[in-house]
Amino acid sequence: MSRVLIIADHDGKRLGGGAARCVTAAGKLGAAEIHLAVLASPGGPIAAEAAQITGVSKVLVVERAENAHPLAAVLAPQVVKLAAGYEYVLAASNTFGKDLLPRVAGLLGVGQVSDLMSVEGPHTFKRPIYAGNAIITVESPADVKLVATVRTASFAAAAGGGSAPIEVVGTEAALPAHTRFVSLNAANNDRPELQSAPRVISGGRALGSAENFKIIYALADRIGAAVGASRAAVDAGYVPSDLQVGQTGKIISPALYVAIGISGAIQHLTGIKDARTIVAINKDAEAPIFEVADVGLIGDLFKIVPELTALLG
Amino acid sequence: MKILVGVKRVVDYNVRVRVKPDGSGVALDGVKMSINPFDEIALEEALRIRERGQATEVIAVAIGPEEVQTQLRSALAMGADRAILVKCDAAVEPRDVARTLLAVIGQEGIGLAILGKQAIDDDAGQTGQMLAALWDRPQVSFASKIDIKDGVAVAMREVDSGIETIEVDLPAVITSDLRLNEPRYIKLPDIMKAKKKPLAITDMATLGVSLAPQFKVLKTDAPPQRARGIMVKDVPELVAELKKRGVLS
Ligand SMILES: Cc1cc2nc3c(=O)[nH]c(=O)nc-3n(C[C@H](O)[C@H](O)[C@H](O)COP(=O)(O)OP(=O)(O)OC[C@H]3O[C@@H](n4cnc5c(N)ncnc54)[C@H](O)[C@@H]3O)c2cc1C
Ligand SMILES: Nc1ncnc2c1ncn2[C@@H]1O[C@H](COP(=O)(O)O)[C@@H](O)[C@H]1O
Repeated sequence: MSRVLIIADHDGKRLGGGAARCVTAAGKLGAAEIHLAVLASPGGPIAAEAAQITGVSKVLVVERAENAHPLAAVLAPQVVKLAAGYEYVLAASNTFGKDLLPRVAGLLGVGQVSDLMSVEGPHTFKRPIYAGNAIITVESPADVKLVATVRTASFAAAAGGGSAPIEVVGTEAALPAHTRFVSLNAANNDRPELQSAPRVISGGRALGSAENFKIIYALADRIGAAVGASRAAVDAGYVPSDLQVGQTGKIISPALYVAIGISGAIQHLTGIKDARTIVAINKDAEAPIFEVADVGLIGDLFKIVPELTALLG
Repeated sequence: MKILVGVKRVVDYNVRVRVKPDGSGVALDGVKMSINPFDEIALEEALRIRERGQATEVIAVAIGPEEVQTQLRSALAMGADRAILVKCDAAVEPRDVARTLLAVIGQEGIGLAILGKQAIDDDAGQTGQMLAALWDRPQVSFASKIDIKDGVAVAMREVDSGIETIEVDLPAVITSDLRLNEPRYIKLPDIMKAKKKPLAITDMATLGVSLAPQFKVLKTDAPPQRARGIMVKDVPELVAELKKRGVLS
């Protein structure tokens, strides 16, 4: 029976939202054991969270001072050491996993499946290409270690309530000094996190300014939603880059997604395809966003959004 | 310092690709092809580094069929000093692209490689990081700002939690994010000038690389379509509809 190693995403303090979704994906591989590796410093609190995910058979903690910040060049040699004895190495397809796993695959001398979206068999997987306009089924040889990033929007998070054993492990790996962390300018985060929030309100270029974008925040706050944005809104400087939704931003799967003043370019739509209910508010009846919206409202957002916020109060 | 820029020929980002009815792939006949948008950004950054006097030469490298010369000529028109086409008619997996680029790096004595963060056809997002691993050098993925000084690159990266700044020793591999810069437009005289710039054609065998694909694509499907939605006429109707669907309470 095969074994799966999942590299847990985290911010140095708390476990990220990707790990529990990777566990669900791993559960479909028919593996005997699913291990979750936490490379951090300190690792204890994150490992304690990881141990609660049901389906995890063991949590491995690698606590080295060098792991205080997730630098792929520093983590990859350690992951390679850990990966011996596993048939699968997975991580979430967020910026943590996208940075790290191809470097791991490179060191292992194998290829990678990016954005794994469904498990068709132990060595057969589906993944999106062309911004999700096509889905390919790929097969990997059974005797090659499979390295894959998991498209988190395709898998529900495994439930909590588990109590997997935690094992502190060392890795002898020699770590490079050529890559150094300087700083992290973290987005201010009193709001729900975009990637896991059940409701997301997004604004586009039509908002016109950072000042005007406040009406999006006000609406989001009223219903406890996270805020997202199109690339155009980010490029124009209305909101920070970590709010971008789409092919090259975040791929999300909320129960409710409200696109306000967003035209619906394919690169944006690929980020929201898994939303349960998509609402579009746009003054142009021909905007492509209406082709995917479950509920559409044509009109001026500067009139509609305040009215909606007031009505929900 | 010489800079290598990866240039991939892809279906233009404005084209809505269609899956062939027999599931054998996507329809590419007569479809507009362009330089991968992230590679244009990578090239622009390389040019700016050279224009600041921090690099001597910018070399655009593509792996692909004969027709990729069109995109390499565009790269030369944008300002690359020369181009190398590694001819290969088969589809090349990111790992093999990385191995090939590494061979070019070895031959040319490259000090910095700038690639796109992802190719918008395969959406793999692997090549830069794999290349850095094989080269045993630092990587800066998803870069949105690069400063080079005294053999070190200080770079900002767009990560899910905000903007991270890291410092890496050169040589290194950088992958470009959308906001790294805005690529310049090509002017007519540049197109004329580009015709005279060197474009070398080689192949993998000459570079000592043999293709070793790992994955087999069994089929290509169109994505599931969403059911047609409804239109509401005003805000109260919208709220009522969302409550009915249980997404608002
Ligand atoms: C390589 C690449 C990657 C990309 N990745 C992404 C990505 O990850 N995410 C992403 O979002 N985009 C991405 N894009 C960009 C994408 O192609 C579009 O340009 C972008 O999504 C457009 O943003 P927008 O809808 O806000 O702006 P626009 O397309 O300008 O749309 C604005 C909309 O607002 C409407 N509007 C205007 N005024 C009002 C009003 N008063 N009330 C109501 N409606 C109004 C208009 O009718 C229009 O539909 C990418 C592009 C490239 C080339
Ligand atoms: N065939 C190729 N030729 C040249 N560069 C490539 C090729 N394939 C990928 N790259 C580079 O690698 C980046 C990431 O590609 P990918 O890993 O396929 O998403 C691209 O933006 C290019 O810079």
